[in-house]
Amino acid sequence: MAEEIVELNDGTADLIVVGIQRRGVQLADRIVRTIQEREHVSVPRGALDITLYRDDLQTVGPRPVVGPTDLPWNLDGKRVVIVDDVLYTGRTVRAALDELADFGRPSRVSLAVLVDRGGRELPIHADIVGKKFSIDAKDRVDVLVDELDGRDAVVVVRAERS
Amino acid sequence: MTSALGKDLLDLESLTPEQISLVLDTAVPFKEISERAIKKVPALRGQTIVNLFFEASTRTRISFEFAEKRLSADTVSVASSGSSVSKGETLVDTARNLEAMRIDMVVIRHGASGAAAFLAERIESNVINAGDGTHEHPTQGLLDLLTLRDHFGSLEGLRVCIVGDVLHSRVARSNIWGLRKMGAEVAVCGPKSLLPHAIAELGVQVFPRVEEAIEWAQALNILRLQLERMTSGYIPSLREYNRVFGVTRERLERAKHEVLIMHPGPMNRGVEIDSDVADGPHSVILNQVTNGVAVRMAVLYLLAGGNPELAEAAKGGGER
Repeated sequence: MAEEIVELNDGTADLIVVGIQRRGVQLADRIVRTIQEREHVSVPRGALDITLYRDDLQTVGPRPVVGPTDLPWNLDGKRVVIVDDVLYTGRTVRAALDELADFGRPSRVSLAVLVDRGGRELPIHADIVGKKFSIDAKDRVDVLVDELDGRDAVVVVRAERS
Repeated sequence: MTSALGKDLLDLESLTPEQISLVLDTAVPFKEISERAIKKVPALRGQTIVNLFFEASTRTRISFEFAEKRLSADTVSVASSGSSVSKGETLVDTARNLEAMRIDMVVIRHGASGAAAFLAERIESNVINAGDGTHEHPTQGLLDLLTLRDHFGSLEGLRVCIVGDVLHSRVARSNIWGLRKMGAEVAVCGPKSLLPHAIAELGVQVFPRVEEAIEWAQALNILRLQLERMTSGYIPSLREYNRVFGVTRERLERAKHEVLIMHPGPMNRGVEIDSDVADGPHSVILNQVTNGVAVRMAVLYLLAGGNPELAEAAKGGGER
């Protein structure tokens, strides 16, 4: 995926990799590390918490916990790559795009996800996909990362069927 | 509107340590928003908040206004002098009239203790107490807790002494409740005439001399001495107050350890606190102000909590 990201953006100039809290951040870390190993370039890695930009904030129930956003750069003219673990309805990415717009005007924003499970509710697509699945709406897909969960795994949790 | 804090924030006395921690933890990411070029997030978009200030206040009102605007809420500030209150309209009528214009939250500062609770019981909007008489000033207490936690890492076992006119201070009371709930040790220090008689019953130590307080404390929260106290006979003169209870550089240097300096503002330089202390390396007074906006954003965010019934109905859509 790291290779595809660099290829898609014609190199590493002005590249900023931004992970979406939470697990997108660990994945973004790994991508940046891989780019460092292959291209010998240190690409900045930001973190984005989209909780305050969610479109369901009023209806989701008790307030979701807000995580840290770490994006200490002006994004004007930068090539931003959003990294997330699972792409489903697309609402998280929509929120991320809105939030990024408050940090400047990137020359390009692309999306890299580990898992695309289908089920889009908005016209959002991933430029780089680790693996594509077709998952039923009733089922859940969880990505586990070693840094937070003790192991690397993609887990499909199937709901009870009568 | 159910939220982790309930409908209103009226005082720290009724909050649990978990609720206090929730506010402090929530305030942390909100600090970052005030560092952005565009200091705005859409979290409270479309919410209407009225700041009802029956007592003159600049810093608290502005702090709340910034917190509200940075969350994209629409805000209206009503100052008592220019309002119908001066024409004799009651507190409840004022609020009910505003409610008829469909507002979501009211931030109220009032000269009577209990005014915020009184209002909260009678209107549907969320009510935030921005200071009621000598009772409590919960958001100030919370921002003081956050400032202490930022510096010391934890509040458990921390020794904090509140110095000054505790008798008339709602800031002192909120601090005492908040600190004790979070496991800190609290003391007060001031002239006998300005300390409530039974203050020790709140679980605080009493130091008659400021030198003892400085020796004991890891942090001092220095209260403003209102100039009227001199004319009402509580203290002989401001100069004497400074001479006996003033937090001066000499007194701090005599202590064998570093003491953190806090003050809710506005300061009377040269009375309760000397300038070189206020501007010195151990002063976190400006951090308190920065934290104030973040804490108020956290409180507004948590109070405007989602509606669980709507959540059930909306279950069809997902996230991601």
